[in-house]
Amino acid sequence: MRFAGDSGDGMQLVGGRFTDATATLGNDLATLPNFPAEIRAPAGTLAGVSSFQIHFASRDIVTPGDTPNVLIAMNPAALKANIVDLERGATIIANEDAFTTRNLQKAGYEGNPLDDGSLEAFVVRRIPMNTLSQRAVEGMADVSARDALRAKNLFALGLVSWLYDRPTSVTEGWIEKRFAGRKPVLEANLAAFRAGWAFGETTELIDVQFRVPAAHDMAPGTYRTVNGTTATSLGLVAASVRSGLQLVFASYPITPASELLHELARHRDAGVRTIQAEDEIAAAGMALGAAFGGALGVTATSGPGMDLKAETIGLAVMLELPMVIIDVQRAGPSTGMPTKTEQSDLLMALYGRHGESPLPIVCACTPAGCFDAALEAVRIAVRYRTPVILLSDLFLANSSEPWRIPDVATLPKIDPAFASANGQPFEAYARNADGARPWAVPGTPGLEHRIGGIEKSQPGGGISYEPANHQFMTDQRRERIAGIEVPPLIVDADAEAELLVIGWGSSWGTLRAAVRRLRDGGRPIAHAHFHNLNPLPANTGEVLGAFKRVLVAEMNDGQLVRVLRAEFGREIDSYAVTQGRPLLAAEMERELLNRL
Amino acid sequence: MSAVGAANGAHELTKADFQSSAETRWCPGCGDYAILAAVQGFLPELGIPPERTVFVSGIGCAGRFSYYMNTYGMHGIHGRAPALATGLAAARPDLAVWIVSGDGDALSIGGNHLIHALRRDVPVKILLFNNRIYGLTKGQASPTSELGKVTKSTPFGSTDAPFNPISLALGAGATFVARTLDTDKQHLPAMLRAAAAHPGAALIEIYQNCPVFNDGAFDALTEKQTRDANVIALVHGEPIRFGPQRELGVVRDAGGELAVATVADVGEDALVVHDAHREDPSLAFALSRLAEVKDGATPIGIFRAAPREAPAAGLAAELLAAAASFGTEGLERVLNAGDTWSVSG
Repeated sequence: MRFAGDSGDGMQLVGGRFTDATATLGNDLATLPNFPAEIRAPAGTLAGVSSFQIHFASRDIVTPGDTPNVLIAMNPAALKANIVDLERGATIIANEDAFTTRNLQKAGYEGNPLDDGSLEAFVVRRIPMNTLSQRAVEGMADVSARDALRAKNLFALGLVSWLYDRPTSVTEGWIEKRFAGRKPVLEANLAAFRAGWAFGETTELIDVQFRVPAAHDMAPGTYRTVNGTTATSLGLVAASVRSGLQLVFASYPITPASELLHELARHRDAGVRTIQAEDEIAAAGMALGAAFGGALGVTATSGPGMDLKAETIGLAVMLELPMVIIDVQRAGPSTGMPTKTEQSDLLMALYGRHGESPLPIVCACTPAGCFDAALEAVRIAVRYRTPVILLSDLFLANSSEPWRIPDVATLPKIDPAFASANGQPFEAYARNADGARPWAVPGTPGLEHRIGGIEKSQPGGGISYEPANHQFMTDQRRERIAGIEVPPLIVDADAEAELLVIGWGSSWGTLRAAVRRLRDGGRPIAHAHFHNLNPLPANTGEVLGAFKRVLVAEMNDGQLVRVLRAEFGREIDSYAVTQGRPLLAAEMERELLNRL
Repeated sequence: MSAVGAANGAHELTKADFQSSAETRWCPGCGDYAILAAVQGFLPELGIPPERTVFVSGIGCAGRFSYYMNTYGMHGIHGRAPALATGLAAARPDLAVWIVSGDGDALSIGGNHLIHALRRDVPVKILLFNNRIYGLTKGQASPTSELGKVTKSTPFGSTDAPFNPISLALGAGATFVARTLDTDKQHLPAMLRAAAAHPGAALIEIYQNCPVFNDGAFDALTEKQTRDANVIALVHGEPIRFGPQRELGVVRDAGGELAVATVADVGEDALVVHDAHREDPSLAFALSRLAEVKDGATPIGIFRAAPREAPAAGLAAELLAAAASFGTEGLERVLNAGDTWSVSG
């Protein structure tokens, strides 16, 4: 189902409410918010359309869905912008009141699509939501006509809540809490929501009600709904607790990574220190400075922010200090499409610094999986004394799904293993079995030392321009990263499978959905998905070698495929798409079928 | 440093405790040597042991300073030392954090970080070595090079107006701003002492001679024959006067602006009395421009020392304590926050 309206219509809000009610019911779900970068684009225009899609079911689902079965269109622009995604037979619930001559013109319609027969392939329900929202508050003395009109999104929510038999208590409770201090607004929203529900129940305009019972194949446990931003934040807080390191998070506002700053700024109870830096460069520097002091230093950014952090990440490579850089990828280059998703920073993460500066790369594959990815990034950073880039993306950051809350005791423990004096002269670049150097924090007597961006000698850590030493240190930095222990690549393969499809990051859900469709059609297939991109799992070559054909699907211009071709010297097909949205399962299915 | 306690019980600190074994590699005659000796000689009196002292430096000749201190040190990236130090200070309120920077490092590539560290009043002490030239890159004009200055990058003379670092720092809201001279063995430690006692961010501009690329830039201020005519030593609470016989003084003219007058002509009561503690930074700002006034001279000393009640004072310590007590219970609470539901097996 997709809610679509003007950016001022509150589509993200009702989408979020519907998600919560759906989660409470125990459905599995996945969401796809989609909104313009402009805060308030001109009302009624195509540029201002904001939408929220939710896919829910009583079985395990993995994507927010390609094509909605139901579109709620709050105005003509919302209809025009979204109808291309509908298949024949889909239901359109249109706010009839908004289809005025002026709004139709703004959306670029010559006639009214509700009247001219152009929608005959669809089931169209015309509902005067403005009128009904206003009628719902009649008799309420202190509610203005404006408040009533603004509550039309809650009318729509009430209607679809009836349509899919969602519990009303969750939403009503939320309305009461959210508008507690503003009685007229509270009353208007509550009245609109109830009117929407009642409208569905009593009119014959909509004759079907769907019941989607609780999902039957979810593992036992306690669940909550999280998006990738919340999951990442919780993963960092968990890493702070499990390592005993204070979390110092510095970042500069940028879409979509800013949400991490907002979320973490609220966790002062966990001792989280957030700093809104003066720029992206400073944010990285603050995280690294905190790491030198023995804290868990983390910075986050998106798009061009990564370019600016490269210099500091290079210093962190040289200093060999733990640090995590979170890149919530968005469509580029340059400003690109700041509110659209992409996976196009992989090669930059791998190679986007001057000099030989290898570092580990971890990626998140699902919204809830951001929790584990954050913990994994911290684990590697602390154990191997290295900056780690965690690649997430805008889709993961904004998309929600149920998350089984882990038992804290089962989370990995992270040992900072700070150095202490042993009576010997301190050697800043002495290495342990992992190739990692000591993390000696200020305040420790006897371990005073100086580090910096200039090449150092091993093990003493003094400045060195010796040719052989530089070669040796280059080798050490490469081998330390290459030797990082990462979990093996897991392959989900049918016995007869000849084609292996490989992905990384947020395309996991789409690939999984496409693979299921093929299996449902009796076609054998194999799927593997990377969570660690540097180093690659040790069994990667073996996995690639086990299949006749390999296809890498990714939301970029072919980045992982280049890495795999170069690394393993075999023929690998590429399906690379940059459309600013997640890969679609149906397209993926077609790509796979074409290659079988 | 007021927020950082002295060592207790340990041995009496000496200059040698702060000298690293690294071989100093500045050019012979470089002003940095004098500054290094002054800092190493001064630090023992704070009673803060080397392990709780950190020097963070940027890039340039001054950047090497951290290697020569037997403390914790980080030689960072060009211009970014204030950012690194801000993160460090946020995580570690128990440390005494010093920044060493140059005019190119602090005012050109790192200008943004400098002004924001000052505006935030981060508890760091910033030593800005100003030699009005790029040294390590071999002689280009810097953001403090004078108009018309001929350098390798400005063979026809610099056409860009220089920054006045004191004015800039005051404009950024700095709560402590001072200026001193590399070779002044009394005045330099006095400024270090005052900066160390200041609770927030403190900036000391140190005029430093580069004998290779800008030799003698400050001779007029340091040479015996000329210094009394060209230097005004600011002292809080005292009338501002200077000159070989202290015959000149600073007064307010009819327009309210600072001017230089002969004391005998205007009388001692007409002289402006220096007040470094004023909340209003306008006097300090006017003093920072005094070299450009007719018959003016260059003030050294403390322009402003006006501690501010920082809204974030104590935050670092509070959060560290919170992090220490949060633990598994806290984490369980946060993970289970919001609407949850159970699925039974």
